[in-house]
Amino acid sequence: MTEDNAQARIDELVKANPVVLFMKGTPLFPQCGFSSRAISILDHLGVDYETVDVLQDQGVRQGIKEYSDWPTIPQLYVNGEFVGGSDIMMEMYEAGELHTLFQGKDAAAG
Amino acid sequence: MGMAAADIEAMIVAAIPDAAVEITDLAGDGDHYAARVTSAAFRGLSRIKQHQAVYAALGGRMGGVLHALQLTTAAPIEEIST
Repeated sequence: MTEDNAQARIDELVKANPVVLFMKGTPLFPQCGFSSRAISILDHLGVDYETVDVLQDQGVRQGIKEYSDWPTIPQLYVNGEFVGGSDIMMEMYEAGELHTLFQGKDAAAG
Repeated sequence: MGMAAADIEAMIVAAIPDAAVEITDLAGDGDHYAARVTSAAFRGLSRIKQHQAVYAALGGRMGGVLHALQLTTAAPIEEIST
């Protein structure tokens, strides 16, 4: 896959899914502690989400870092916007901001 | 593999001179760290921008040689002025 293709595909995934997490592994078998933590937060909030396993696609694995100018995975996108990685998700969760984000969006209704 | 805590702190302070940096070696293996970075430069920036400033300070090591850095950023609590 060329780099442009990866960017187009990422853009499509981000825009097509109200809540999408780019992660290593799957929700059932996360392959990294940070991805696991992101899944725990989303599950705890009870929101519907899609996941993309970057380990299955090197183009997406590298491309997502350029797409968001963010060096690490996982990455959460809500309604087409980059929210952050697992640290920001945890900070927002603890501050109640993630609840607000999902309540205010159609994404929460799933 | 990994980086020494002192090197991480030095790189952050080199880029953000007023930063107060607290680093914890989470696993004791020199590879899994938590960092708390406080700087007035973060004031008014979104969390994403604050974290990006720290990642920029680490010059591309984040996500590479430095896999596991749990990051918390904040601006110092503002003094109450009258």
